[in-house]
Amino acid sequence: MVKSKGDVLFNILVYVIIFTVGLICLIPVLFVISASVTPYSELLKNGGFVLIPRKFTNVAYVEMLADGALSHAMWVTVKLTVIATALNLVVTLMLAYPLSRHSMPLSGAMMKIVMFCMLFDAGIVPTYLIVRKTGLINTLWAMIVPTLVSAYNLVIMKAFFEGLPEELFEAARIDGANEFRILWHLILPMALPIILTIGMYYAVDHWNCYLLSIYYITKDQLKPLQVILRRLLDASRNAADQELVPTETLKMAAVCYATAPIIVVYPFIQKYFVKGTLAGAVKG
Amino acid sequence: MMHVSTVSPALRGSLRDRILRALRRYWPLYLMAIPGMLYFIIYKIVPIFGAVIAFKNFTIKKGIWGSPWAQPWYQHYKYFFRSPSNVRIITNTITLSLGKLVVGLLPPLIFALAISECRNKYVARAIQTVSYLPHFLSWAVVYGICLTMLSESTGVINGLIKSFGGKTIPFLTSNKYFRGVLIGSDLWKNLGWGAITYIAAIMGVDTTLYEAATVDGCGRLRQIIHVTLPGIRKIFVVLMIMNVGKILNVSFTQVNVMMNDSVRQSGEIIDTWIYTEGLGKLNYSLSTAVGLLKSVISFMLVFATNRLARKWECAIW
Repeated sequence: MVKSKGDVLFNILVYVIIFTVGLICLIPVLFVISASVTPYSELLKNGGFVLIPRKFTNVAYVEMLADGALSHAMWVTVKLTVIATALNLVVTLMLAYPLSRHSMPLSGAMMKIVMFCMLFDAGIVPTYLIVRKTGLINTLWAMIVPTLVSAYNLVIMKAFFEGLPEELFEAARIDGANEFRILWHLILPMALPIILTIGMYYAVDHWNCYLLSIYYITKDQLKPLQVILRRLLDASRNAADQELVPTETLKMAAVCYATAPIIVVYPFIQKYFVKGTLAGAVKG
Repeated sequence: MMHVSTVSPALRGSLRDRILRALRRYWPLYLMAIPGMLYFIIYKIVPIFGAVIAFKNFTIKKGIWGSPWAQPWYQHYKYFFRSPSNVRIITNTITLSLGKLVVGLLPPLIFALAISECRNKYVARAIQTVSYLPHFLSWAVVYGICLTMLSESTGVINGLIKSFGGKTIPFLTSNKYFRGVLIGSDLWKNLGWGAITYIAAIMGVDTTLYEAATVDGCGRLRQIIHVTLPGIRKIFVVLMIMNVGKILNVSFTQVNVMMNDSVRQSGEIIDTWIYTEGLGKLNYSLSTAVGLLKSVISFMLVFATNRLARKWECAIW
């Protein structure tokens, strides 16, 4: 096929657009990484403009790790992410499955309650008062329980279950399997991609936990990574603090610590989540 | 009779029979649903009743029922609408979300079109993967990135301006630029992610239409205009309508992370105001009153726009 001039121009335009978007997404991240491994003096000399560092140092990373506050916050976040994601998945799964079984009386009414919760927000203060009443303030649980089930993830998972053929359940029931066995042996293995996807959504949310800790945590020992990072980034602005002001290099090393797990895990599961998200979007 | 057999057996007989039969057959399912439903009821439904303190003078000590009623019942609303800050936080909220809506309208669509027109699938997939990444970064990390790029003393962009002999721009500390930074960083974070829906919609367009267009002598640009765009018009409008419904919900986290005192004037939104007033200054009733009003308006907007979106969907089919 002979390519017309217009076709060539069109192709060029397509590549220009996608590479521009790609670079816009990637370059700021590269600047951060470069700033974190460039000696501070070098950074100042170049007015911050270092895309590919010529001098290399890992001082910032070592120093940040030695800094008790940051490594402690990282430990809090790891603990939070593991416990919360496990609980999220178990509870979401156990609710999505019954809600997907329309032959079960009340499943429709329960779904209506969930949808209403999705649309109507009681507000910051009334929710705070309940979290307080249930004794969660200043515990790790305050960052777990108030977002135990995401209605959005629940809908995705329910849509997946609804897509399974009814004959599957009938066959299993005739074989004498009870509902727990059906869920555990039949449904779970098939639902693995969607569980991974939703698990990742939940895990990212907890790794990035900020809001809940701003609302419900006042104790410094319980503050998660992102909150401590935020404080660190603005440290120079509060000049009243007599603490040592962290340099740009140190700050960016902290940013990298707060991002690293996401960047490391991300390529491995991204193929699942696109599939899962699309399945949810199409059916939900 | 046909219709009898389509009704599930659990729905026949007296109420007591029905309950017993449902429980006998489905008890494991009900048992499974308990933790999740308890969560929604305790942490989502019960607080709605707690919002009654909007019409009381609530103190922690006296509790929700013990606290006296406000005099008159709309006391806190009167106070809020007479206070000087209300106009500012409401306009800030609406300006910000309208800005995000308008700025974020076309880029994801254009990006999605480019991705689906890219003939090299490896390049397309690689760039798509890169474009999702910002969506998963926290706002604190994005703020760190903003510092690297936009800070007045050490930022990359101001470094460039300085090297060309220009005057530095205080992006992060000036009321003039702060909203732009909020809108821009939101676009950066969600451009690639927002394109997913469009890419899926484009893949769903009937391929025979493209073949027909080629036979008719349409070039690729004209195929986009005459086949792709009409094919995804519906989803575009639906997404837009739904975004209008969310106009009062600007990301609290984003503003809370990026705001500092020098940009409070342009950055304070309803949610940050409620947070400072309620959890900071302990004006529980006043902040609940404002929050409740926001929730009710928000609910009506989302509800109405969802209806509208659904109607529009049917109208096109």
